Amino acid sequence: MENGEGVVKKFCYINRKAPYGTIYALESLEVVLIAAAFDQDISLVFADDGVYQLTKGQATEAIGMKNFSKTYSALGDYDIKKIYVEKESLEERGLSAEDLQALKYEDEDDDWAEKDSLFVVERDELAGIIDEQDVILSF
Amino acid sequence: MAILHTVNKSPFERNALESCLRLAKAGSSVLLFEDGVIGAMRNTRFSEKVAQAMDDYSFYVLGPDIQARGLDNDKVIDGIQVVDYNGFVDLTTEHDTVQSWL
Amino acid sequence: MKFGIVVNEGPYTHQSSDSALQFVKAALQKGHEIFRVFFYHDGVNNGTSLGVPPQDDRNLTLEWSGLAEKHGLDLVVCVAAAQRRGILDEDEMGRHGKSANNLAPGFRISGLGQLIESGIQSDRLVTFGD
Repeated sequence: MENGEGVVKKFCYINRKAPYGTIYALESLEVVLIAAAFDQDISLVFADDGVYQLTKGQATEAIGMKNFSKTYSALGDYDIKKIYVEKESLEERGLSAEDLQALKYEDEDDDWAEKDSLFVVERDELAGIIDEQDVILSF
Repeated sequence: MAILHTVNKSPFERNALESCLRLAKAGSSVLLFEDGVIGAMRNTRFSEKVAQAMDDYSFYVLGPDIQARGLDNDKVIDGIQVVDYNGFVDLTTEHDTVQSWL
Repeated sequence: MKFGIVVNEGPYTHQSSDSALQFVKAALQKGHEIFRVFFYHDGVNNGTSLGVPPQDDRNLTLEWSGLAEKHGLDLVVCVAAAQRRGILDEDEMGRHGKSANNLAPGFRISGLGQLIESGIQSDRLVTFGD
């Protein structure tokens, strides 16, 4: 990074749209993968229809579009380990954590133990997480 | 101080305003602009919800977007402050972060 | 204060580009600095020089180019998003074997890192989209 060296801001990426119907989910993911190289404090938020981005078993062959859902499980390799899903958004849609991919990362400070990076959080807690961010990008 | 939340969609079309009011922490500010100004008008299905939310948030609405839509500043819910683009800029500087509910 | 601006939609279909333009003009008039305007998603279409809107309508691409010239704005079009949507500068045209390029004056094509950098360097990042 040629500029902004040493500055660490809290970056939050808020995803509120379902995948495939529009390009926002895919292009948000592309931003996040680039952002990971900048050594910033990254959080991802999935709320409203954004929770559909993380569902298991996406099969896109018949709509002729690339299935990018496997990329989410690679986020741990990019050291992205704070992925928040709004509990109420899941419930309103008849979904639960079991319908989502299990996202993990390997903790280098704990002998590379595999740990959860996806957290289902309640509305009030999520509001608090959003409120403490320095930079928010919405998709 | 806190976050400036912006909403640019009509509450009749999208849930952006609803999501904003659900996930914005009390004490934040909300600016309604573009089609979002519809959420600032009196006597709509959403007026009461917005009026109630004013206990928790400071509301602002962008005047140029009101006039463009043939609406009137007089029809804005009491307590929502009408600003122009200069006011929009000032709001972003007076808050620490801007979150756009797209 | 230093602003980063993000424009996520193309011209005319959505108001985003107009709103961003009015915001930037007001910010400049108040003496603020615009660190960068980053065009993403369909926002890259603001950078095409081939748009011919009716004479009695505004030409958003010309407005952005004019503002860039007058105030030295850094207008950055995301390369990945631009390639998808057929927005090319001369280099990109050559690299991809295309017969034409269409990036308007004052715009440049670069990577998503420019968006992140804008978030790091600017005091405020303001997004206009759908």
